[in-house]
Amino acid sequence: MEQLFQQVINGISLGSIYALIALGYTMVYGIIKLINFAHCDIYMLGAYIGYFCMTRLQFGFIPSLLIAMVLCTVLGIAIEKIAYKPLRNATRIAALITAIGVSLFLEYTTMFIASPNVRSYPPMEGILAEKFTVGGIVISMQQILILLITIVLMLVLQFIVRKTKIGKAMRAVSLDGDAAQLMGINVDSTISFTFAIGSALAGAAGVLVGVYYNSINPLMGVMPGLKAFVAAVFGGIGIIPGAMLGGYVIGLVEVLVSGYGNSMYRDAVVFAILILILIIKPAGLLGKNTREKV
Amino acid sequence: MKILERNWVKQLLLIIFTFTIVQILIGLNIINDYLQVTLATICINIILAVSLNLITGFTGQFSLGHAGFMSIGAYMCAIITLRMPTLTGFLLGVFSGAALAALVGFVVGLPTLRLRGDYLAIATLGMSEIIRIIFLNLKITNGAAGLSGIPQFVNWFWLYLFTTGTVLIIVHFLNSSHGRACISIREDEIAAEAMGINTTKYKVMAFTIGAFCAGIAGALYSSYFYFIKPDLFGFLKSIDVLVIVVLGGMGSISGSILAAVLLALISTFLQSFPEIRMILYSLALVAIMIFRPQGLMGSREISLAIFNKWSSLFASRKGRV
Repeated sequence: MEQLFQQVINGISLGSIYALIALGYTMVYGIIKLINFAHCDIYMLGAYIGYFCMTRLQFGFIPSLLIAMVLCTVLGIAIEKIAYKPLRNATRIAALITAIGVSLFLEYTTMFIASPNVRSYPPMEGILAEKFTVGGIVISMQQILILLITIVLMLVLQFIVRKTKIGKAMRAVSLDGDAAQLMGINVDSTISFTFAIGSALAGAAGVLVGVYYNSINPLMGVMPGLKAFVAAVFGGIGIIPGAMLGGYVIGLVEVLVSGYGNSMYRDAVVFAILILILIIKPAGLLGKNTREKV
Repeated sequence: MKILERNWVKQLLLIIFTFTIVQILIGLNIINDYLQVTLATICINIILAVSLNLITGFTGQFSLGHAGFMSIGAYMCAIITLRMPTLTGFLLGVFSGAALAALVGFVVGLPTLRLRGDYLAIATLGMSEIIRIIFLNLKITNGAAGLSGIPQFVNWFWLYLFTTGTVLIIVHFLNSSHGRACISIREDEIAAEAMGINTTKYKVMAFTIGAFCAGIAGALYSSYFYFIKPDLFGFLKSIDVLVIVVLGGMGSISGSILAAVLLALISTFLQSFPEIRMILYSLALVAIMIFRPQGLMGSREISLAIFNKWSSLFASRKGRV
């Protein structure tokens, strides 16, 4: 029983990170129907920026997190403006290949600049390094921190999407881009804003993963990126609470499979769940089935 | 000389001609060992790209799982030739690998091909990752270390035979009524269904044929490079094939062939700058998609009509003399 609780705690920490990445995928997909493969590399760059701030510049955890989020936001907007905007009216597969090109570019440029070696994050100090034991279950301060930051960011996101004007614009554009434009919404800036929010969340996830797992490398984004996308599809793509739910479910499944089964098969189980969900309920867990129109 | 006017005779002559020229160049060592590797990569990539083009470009089913089928062919051929290092073993390996890939393609395709667009892409991506993870864990495939010392049977003859064979089979399939049905699904699935086309059947058919050819490509790969490991057939390999297809033009067989040759040459050329190779490659990819999103050929084909034009020019000149 204790072991189960321990695994659940670990799963929630991992799930928080997947959920943060999945939010970016789901929002971008919801608004321009593009699987933004470069998203997972923004997460990787977030981890690198956090690393740079903590080691070279000797910043603390919170300033590093904020700097990573801001720089990732800028990067996300830049990618959208340079690479995706010229393809707004091209076929979706052309946009997808561009996204893959951008992803490869970010990965290999990071490899070129920062070397392909694995780097390890500096160990946390003071209160951040503490661990609690509650009834035989070990909870580290980092896990609490990850959960807290994730919850705060999700609440902020919900506030932006539900209560602000730009959030309303985002929802309108994702529902029907042309109609939104006719209503006087600036579609381009709304799309840029979506990329900005998604990238900021991915940057935060990058720093959190660096702190939690300690090691980062230029290709660290590929697998979590795929799994976060699986999480987004699982919850229903384009639906923000769906991405959160999906992230936590995928995180828990992964940890439980490695804890009780064979850890080599954890990725296979995640993808098998994906295929099953797609076959049984293609719109995702929280998605609504849309009628096919001729 | 009436027989020379026939199209298939011209095709056959062209095929034999290309084969002989390259064979002579290899004999004269103008195409050295280094270039031969490029040649093998080109042939394998042509098979992969043409078969993915059948699925994605012609039938309109967006698949990201081609590396999975390729790995099935590669492992099957490797396992058989390691136990039976004869030519018969090699051929048995190629065909059983391709057959197994086709079987997996059929079994996976049947439920997943109901999905559309990006959902199908993600499902096939998941399938190919599952196949990779299975190979990573099986004993017979030697896990992450992979299989090495696979007997090399593939030479220019086999490469050329299988490449032209696959391309011809797919071209003829596309020109048949089955192929037309596949193209109609790409154009408008609902309309095709209304015209009485069994869309599921044709989608699964295209998917299975594509998987079969990918299996052949994988078998040739394992036999030529005598070393395979699961990481070679990851997500990036599927992307590589998709890039060739999109770059050449979706729905253009000659475009796929052209792009496979072009990309292999670019990548050989970039070998001299190993650090920035992938950076340049990715920049080229983005630039091509921004400036020519329909690919090099669009959906047009280079055909023998060009040769007919030349020969008619030639004939008229002769007439004048």
